[in-house]
Amino acid sequence: MKLTLGPVQFHWEPEEWRDFYFRIADESPFDTVVTGEVVCSKRKPFYDQYLPEVIERLKAAGKEVYLGSLLLVTLERERRQTLELIEQSGVPVEVNDLTCLASMQGKSHAIGPYINTYNEATAAYFARNGATRICLPPELPATSVATIVQNAPEVAIEVFAFGRLPLAISARCYHARLHKLSKDNCKFVCNQDPDGLTVDTMDGEHFLAMNGVQTMSFTVSNLLGEAKDLERMGVKSLRLSPQHCDMVEVARIFRDTLDGKTSVEDGQTKLKAIYPEASFSNGFSHGSSGSKWVSERLEDQMGAV
Amino acid sequence: MELICPAGTPAALRVAVDAGADAVYCGYRDETNARNFPGLNFSREELKDGIAYAHAHNSTVYVAINTFPRAGALELWHQAVDDAVALKADAIILADVGLLAYAAEKHPHQRLHLSVQAAASNPDAIRFYVEAFGVKRVVLPRVLSVPEIKSICQNITCETEVFVFGGLCVMAEGRCSLSSYATGKSPNMNGVCSPASHVTYREDRSGMVSRLGDFTINKFAKNEAAAYPTLCKGRFVTEQGSGYLFEDPVSLDASDLLPGLKDAGVTSLKIEGRQRGRAYIEGVVRYFRQAVEDLDAGRAIQTAGLMQMTEGQTTTVGAYRKTWR
Repeated sequence: MKLTLGPVQFHWEPEEWRDFYFRIADESPFDTVVTGEVVCSKRKPFYDQYLPEVIERLKAAGKEVYLGSLLLVTLERERRQTLELIEQSGVPVEVNDLTCLASMQGKSHAIGPYINTYNEATAAYFARNGATRICLPPELPATSVATIVQNAPEVAIEVFAFGRLPLAISARCYHARLHKLSKDNCKFVCNQDPDGLTVDTMDGEHFLAMNGVQTMSFTVSNLLGEAKDLERMGVKSLRLSPQHCDMVEVARIFRDTLDGKTSVEDGQTKLKAIYPEASFSNGFSHGSSGSKWVSERLEDQMGAV
Repeated sequence: MELICPAGTPAALRVAVDAGADAVYCGYRDETNARNFPGLNFSREELKDGIAYAHAHNSTVYVAINTFPRAGALELWHQAVDDAVALKADAIILADVGLLAYAAEKHPHQRLHLSVQAAASNPDAIRFYVEAFGVKRVVLPRVLSVPEIKSICQNITCETEVFVFGGLCVMAEGRCSLSSYATGKSPNMNGVCSPASHVTYREDRSGMVSRLGDFTINKFAKNEAAAYPTLCKGRFVTEQGSGYLFEDPVSLDASDLLPGLKDAGVTSLKIEGRQRGRAYIEGVVRYFRQAVEDLDAGRAIQTAGLMQMTEGQTTTVGAYRKTWR
């Protein structure tokens, strides 16, 4: 089982963003790293200045590097940005919107978790078009994951296993709306919340997290307990999505648990210790509400997989 | 411009046809349909009769098979497509790439439309569906402004259809898991959003509390009408402020924008509301029939008469006006 670092979804300071990737390159056990801005085209220029050095450092460290495409493409500028990604020499694209799929034909690429790959026929279609790895949508239950893995063996299947769940994307910027600003003049207020802004219900239940045009879960998805079962199912990689915590350590915990060097229980204790403010969930994988924590084992629930 | 109207029941289909719908869209009574609500939708027999009625009255029927097939259960969706073809549906509305590939290969002469659930939001994405599957029309997601729609129309080779009235998704359609995060049931997988089966109301001292799954979606004072707890239209709290953070409990009314949409090159105007009753369907369809005729004749459009159909709700033009963002 490989480990993939998903793209940073939050608006971090550009230098912090650069240094984060440098440390991932130098210290982490990730096999694959997806970088580039995928949530908001307005944030992209901040990171572009550091992108070449980040890619170079990651490649030099032996990581397989992908550039993520933008989630929602409506403006002419965004169309150009997306098509330009394909021209970036030597870096394959992870497709997050079908805008660039036609141009990908025959080129090695990956399909990101924001694309609706809900079944084996769709996975097979993307594989025929040249996709070598598909990260399935986070809401997909493990029963569907198992069916897709069995019926689309020509493509490596990846599962979203750590991080706030990307739940929705909009043309409207909720950060700007909350701060009573227009989207065009947003003052980049989303950078005040490097882990997303917590959205509570009127009864004080923690519910969602706001991240500009994206809406995420309050809970942090954590499939450490499901990792070995997913491996037995034939899942080829787990995606860990960057949060404002020690992601190198998160990757080590997943690696050690997969390698049998750490028990799931010890791994969970360590995860809680390095990210104490997180509330974990795994409900989607168990076919339940995404917000829930299910302690039953996947294998017990699904029978032999 | 063509007027396409919703039908959740055979009776609503006949009402929509009688009121002047050029086309009616509907779906089967199962999870293949993104409006999989209890008590709604069509059996094969009802669809056959509905199509016959529409064709006899110079109207057409589009069948929506617009959820994303469940892994390991593709047969249910394949059968839905095969049956729609056999029943002589004028078009089939699809969203899933695998299912589009199936329909295009198995039924190369069947007219296919791309569902709003596919959220194809620019000419490149639309071109992919046209070239790969021969899609003849795209239903545009509700994330675009009128000038953007015009630009899309100028840069694609298929027809476009846009929503002009009814419910309003705030998030890009087909790309939203908010409902399943709270309830385990989603539009993409189950054809439902914020399903009634997971809604509870509770009265406390200050008024009515509406909940979806384990989460409070809204609270209403005693003198306030309690809206249905659609997740993205609830009231929530952050450190920076609280209220309707995603969208107010509004519905879409783009009737003022019809001249702009016509000028943009839009082929078809779509009314949302397959869950609506006959009286609503009749009123809204009649209104838009008249508006389209006024527009085609170069007359000013009457706007009176539609307010009663919004049921006292505030309306918005949504993303069609750029400032909404």
